[in-house]
Amino acid sequence: MKTISFTLNGAPRKVTIEDDRMLLWVLRDDLGTTGPKYGCGRALCGSCTVLVNDESVRACMTRATSIDGKSIVTIEGLAAGDQLHPIQAAFVKHAGFQCGFCTPGMILGAYSLLKKTPKPTRAHIAQAMDRHLCRCGAHVRIVDAIEEAAAVMAGGAK
Amino acid sequence: MTPPTIVPGTDGTGAMDRREFLSLTGSGLFIAFTMHPRPTRPELPAAAQQRAATDFNAFLHIGADGRVTTYVGKIEMGQGAMTSFPQLVADELNVPLASVDIVLGDTDLCPFDMGTFGSLSVRQLGPVVRAAAAEARAVLVAMAAEKLQLPAASLEVKDGVVQSRTDASKRVSYGELTAGKRIERHLEGPPPLEPVSVMTIVGRTAARRDAIEKVTGKAKYAGDIVPAGALHARIVRPPAHGAVVTKSDTAAAEAMPGVRVVRAGDLVAVLHAHRDEADKALRAVKSTVTPSANILNERSIFAHLEQKAPAGNTVASGGQLAEGEKGAKTIVEQTYLKGYVAHAPLETHSAVAEMNDGKLTVWASTQTPFPLKTAIARAVNLAPEKVRVITPYVGGGFGGKSAGAQAIEAARLTMAAGVPVRVVWERDEEFFYDTFDPAAVIKIKAGLDGAGKIVLWDYTVIGAGERGAAQGYAVANHRTHVRGGWSGNTGELHPFGIGPWRAPGANANVFARESHIDLLAAKAGIDPLEFRLKNLTDVRMKGVLQAAAAKFGYTPKAGSSGRGYGIACGTDAGTWVASIAEVKVDKATGAIEVVRIACAQDMGLVVNPDGARQQMEGCLTMGLGYTLTEEVRFANGAVLDKNFGSYAIPRFSWVPKLDTVFVDNPDKPPQGGGEPAIITMGAVVANAVFDATGARLTQLPLTRARVMQGLAKVRRE
Repeated sequence: MKTISFTLNGAPRKVTIEDDRMLLWVLRDDLGTTGPKYGCGRALCGSCTVLVNDESVRACMTRATSIDGKSIVTIEGLAAGDQLHPIQAAFVKHAGFQCGFCTPGMILGAYSLLKKTPKPTRAHIAQAMDRHLCRCGAHVRIVDAIEEAAAVMAGGAK
Repeated sequence: MTPPTIVPGTDGTGAMDRREFLSLTGSGLFIAFTMHPRPTRPELPAAAQQRAATDFNAFLHIGADGRVTTYVGKIEMGQGAMTSFPQLVADELNVPLASVDIVLGDTDLCPFDMGTFGSLSVRQLGPVVRAAAAEARAVLVAMAAEKLQLPAASLEVKDGVVQSRTDASKRVSYGELTAGKRIERHLEGPPPLEPVSVMTIVGRTAARRDAIEKVTGKAKYAGDIVPAGALHARIVRPPAHGAVVTKSDTAAAEAMPGVRVVRAGDLVAVLHAHRDEADKALRAVKSTVTPSANILNERSIFAHLEQKAPAGNTVASGGQLAEGEKGAKTIVEQTYLKGYVAHAPLETHSAVAEMNDGKLTVWASTQTPFPLKTAIARAVNLAPEKVRVITPYVGGGFGGKSAGAQAIEAARLTMAAGVPVRVVWERDEEFFYDTFDPAAVIKIKAGLDGAGKIVLWDYTVIGAGERGAAQGYAVANHRTHVRGGWSGNTGELHPFGIGPWRAPGANANVFARESHIDLLAAKAGIDPLEFRLKNLTDVRMKGVLQAAAAKFGYTPKAGSSGRGYGIACGTDAGTWVASIAEVKVDKATGAIEVVRIACAQDMGLVVNPDGARQQMEGCLTMGLGYTLTEEVRFANGAVLDKNFGSYAIPRFSWVPKLDTVFVDNPDKPPQGGGEPAIITMGAVVANAVFDATGARLTQLPLTRARVMQGLAKVRRE
């Protein structure tokens, strides 16, 4: 058992957990944060993506103890109150989702992409998002949304 | 009275026509308005929970505040039912779209519904819901006429307010009319439906209602519902279909902190509050297994199907096959194959059950909440009214969530454990218990006369079933024979479960037919678009072909032109669809790149155009999978593909430029949109590969290895 401290969507948290617990299940089962989804358990689909110190990680294959002292942001923490993040707003505008199950991971994956590459081409977006799976076939609109979010964010909006 | 503009189709798709619907509902139609707060609705008669509602009241509730709640037993799995039903209601009631709420998939609140499948939501239930709203409007106008002391004919409704056409100060709102009253009224005869021409909401894009919840993480799926004290269950499974777990030693698991072992009939489960700790406990269970006797695999299955499929029956025929053979100058025979395909929704089957005061509530990811409720009641020996199924957002279904085994497991384990139990299948369980789109063998013998007309069509499909099998070309001598269906697995034909998969059976059938049409066009030396138009009399099919060609910028060229263009068309769910694709084939690796697709659809009235486009794009994108890579591998009853590492579904880098177009037909009844476009994908790509390379591929998926074999064959010839 180990006690770890971190911030979750800005709020300080402390949990005492078995050493081999996975971040996804600590978030979901211990902390009631259900935005990150279980899709494959093998870091293959991206549904569980969260930000750790602003980097996207696959929570299903991340040891929870590794986040000690770090800052975790899940989809629930991306908007500033009622103000959607530009990526979220662009996903709404372009209907960059259907069933919505992959969406939290998609948006956080896009966040990570745009942080590293603020002005990606469509081909770059497709390549960067290739390890995020969507079964409904919303891909074209997700790329549209990320492209627009990039433009909005480059315009000074955050 | 304006005659109803939209009626359910009588096109052989099984939809009721209006007269049939009214005879089912009887003449005593009434609508009740109540003051109960949403979403409580004690007025829903028990009967409405058991079978198709005969009471329009079951679909609507108008509150004292004027807000309207629509109740439909459909579910939202991304297809947009949550958005399109309120459009129908708002337009028919003349209220703002924003004042209409919707409750979906709750067996206590919504009228009975068979399930969400077959692209039936809008085309079959849509007219019923519209009629309910029209009825409500007529009753409200009659009430307003009494209250205002004006003839009903002098009144109009604007934004939920009934007012005099000539003096807008004489007005009363729906909310005022219903306030504090319970009213039951009978209408004689069918309610007047608004003609499409005056509709202001239907036919225009409506913003998705699920958007904000889905981008903020507020959207709840069955696995996100956690009743107090709920435990995760992991269930001991056999390693293969046909294998039997004869003994489970759970001692080591039981010794782990926080773990409970629960046995319920044949279910052995380990329970823990944390999913990953339940996983660990399951790994500690030692099982004794009798192996499966099944020896089939993804290669031997085709001969097995041919041998073991039932004799079947002829579903369409005309003329005499012998006459066709006599008249044919060229006869072309070919066998087409397609493997098993998984649904692989991103959300695995999930459910949580809770028993409270003798009532069992089950939140489930399911396409069929009402049949599931009955199945759960039977499984746990409760009266049906003691079971409630609630369907939160469903994370993808595609037909694969039509059964609900996980919800029955959650219910049984909840009853046995005495605490709420959550069952969220692991990805490998999802693959193992999936009801696959069945493997299929299709044999076609077709004949051409000397003028490029098809004079013979003899078609046998084994395994995939009837949907999409019958051809729609103008062929005098034809027969379509179907051996075995896409569900049921009669006589252990398949080594595992099979079931509906987005346009069930049609993907295999349209692949075979449209590939064969292309073969015939090449034999006749005619461009494949011209060949189709020449052999079609169906105006709406010609219409979608021409619309797709215009969108694509298609120019005719006979034979394998090297351009990599392919065409395919068909009908599904009442909708006509045609696609034209451009591909590039890497002759060194066999890799196919789909560059662009133009797809045209004639679905009658399009209720929500952007929603319908999303479905078309989804179909074309998802269809890349069964076309290029998806084929479940299996051996000795075990499913070898257990996750997305080996089972490749479409990714961003695969997705071509997609152009979608509707053939405008707003005066025709709305038809299905969730499935049609996917049926064209196999053939449109295979035909484009032929056009690019001269290689005719006859087995789906069009893997690199099969492309290389096809190219080698072209070189040999």
